[in-house]
Amino acid sequence: MARTAERPAKAGTSLVPLAYRVAWRRRETADVVTIALEAVGESLAPFRAGQFHMLTAFGVGEVAISVSGTPGAPGPVEHTIRDVGAVSHALSRLPVGGVVGARGPFGTSWDVTGLADEDVVVIAGGIGLAPLRGAVHQLSGRRGPGRLTVLVGARTPDQLVFADDVRRWRELGADVRLTVDAATPDWGGEVGLVTSLLASASFDPARTVGLLCGPEVMMRFAAADLADLGVDPSRIRISLERNMQCGAGICGHCQLGPLLLCRDGPVVTYGGAVAALMGQVER
Amino acid sequence: MTEELAELVARHPLFAGLPTDVASLVAGCAHNAAFGAGELLLAEGEPAEALYLLRRGRVALEIRKPGSGQLVVETLRPGEVVGLSWLFPPHRWKTDARAMEPVGVVSVDAACLLAKAEADPAFGFALMKRLLPVLLSRLQATRVRLLDLYGDGAHR
Repeated sequence: MARTAERPAKAGTSLVPLAYRVAWRRRETADVVTIALEAVGESLAPFRAGQFHMLTAFGVGEVAISVSGTPGAPGPVEHTIRDVGAVSHALSRLPVGGVVGARGPFGTSWDVTGLADEDVVVIAGGIGLAPLRGAVHQLSGRRGPGRLTVLVGARTPDQLVFADDVRRWRELGADVRLTVDAATPDWGGEVGLVTSLLASASFDPARTVGLLCGPEVMMRFAAADLADLGVDPSRIRISLERNMQCGAGICGHCQLGPLLLCRDGPVVTYGGAVAALMGQVER
Repeated sequence: MTEELAELVARHPLFAGLPTDVASLVAGCAHNAAFGAGELLLAEGEPAEALYLLRRGRVALEIRKPGSGQLVVETLRPGEVVGLSWLFPPHRWKTDARAMEPVGVVSVDAACLLAKAEADPAFGFALMKRLLPVLLSRLQATRVRLLDLYGDGAHR
């Protein structure tokens, strides 16, 4: 009896990666690199700001990397990677022309369309600005009465990323403020907790949407401070990261309470269950 | 002049919403002051004799670290308060505070303010209800910074 041929998975969208090539690379900090990827053949579906791709370093492994480019922008797709493990180390060392596997895009987005009238407060910690970068690009170009505030914190000045973007966002009218925990002698900017910048920022809490990305402890305190200032927790969006593996909500490795973060996240609404989960010890 | 100062005091976030007569009590101890970029508003170890209501420019709080010189540990912006060590003994500044750019403040004489607070407990209590949240907020910010906020292994 003839065997029924298995239906091949559609490449890129589920478990089968597509080949992408490094078109260019840019060092952001000592351990952070942006690589721009272009399809070798078939392309992945368009991404939305905040979504991630699963990138394969051949012979090493696969890891979830947020897209740091702008949705709809022509050219290669940017991914900003911090070198902290075997796969991210291999990806961040790829030369121009190097080939990776790519699946996705996966997960939820910042969903910034329709926010023209809203004040938006973006709070990012360290490389947490990378998943927000595309959303900030979109928001800084919007037309409407809504104000855009971008607060960025880092441990030291040399860990701040995207200096050119910061200049551009300011030129477009955004209130962008940077702060560090530990200043160096040549640093003339702010020193202190990133949320301390909220006190002097101009926004109307009643019509504010918060977008937060960074280490979870930072997001937890930043979200709580925004809520204390009167921002509705249901209008605060945070990006959560766990051990993303399949990207399709199948394997369960990225479970956080009732959420499978590769499918239900990474961008989720703060408040309620998520706020409670962020205060719990995971086992 | 005191009326103008009372308005400035009442407009500062520390005293916003206080009754006019309370703002006037504070203003009775106050004068305007300006500092050039790089100039010290207060110096570690010196007598703590003033409360500065920051109106214009940024101020860096600095601590001397042997071998490293002056380290900026926090920066303060317009609308914030510089100098709280006058509240409690030994009434000496714990850090330096340096103008990062031209700075304008309402300078409130601490001895005058404390005397009025002692004489009028209702005023003193109102004053404490404004100042203690500043201390609490800075304590909490320091605690959170101890967590090494940006030090985890996130790779994206």
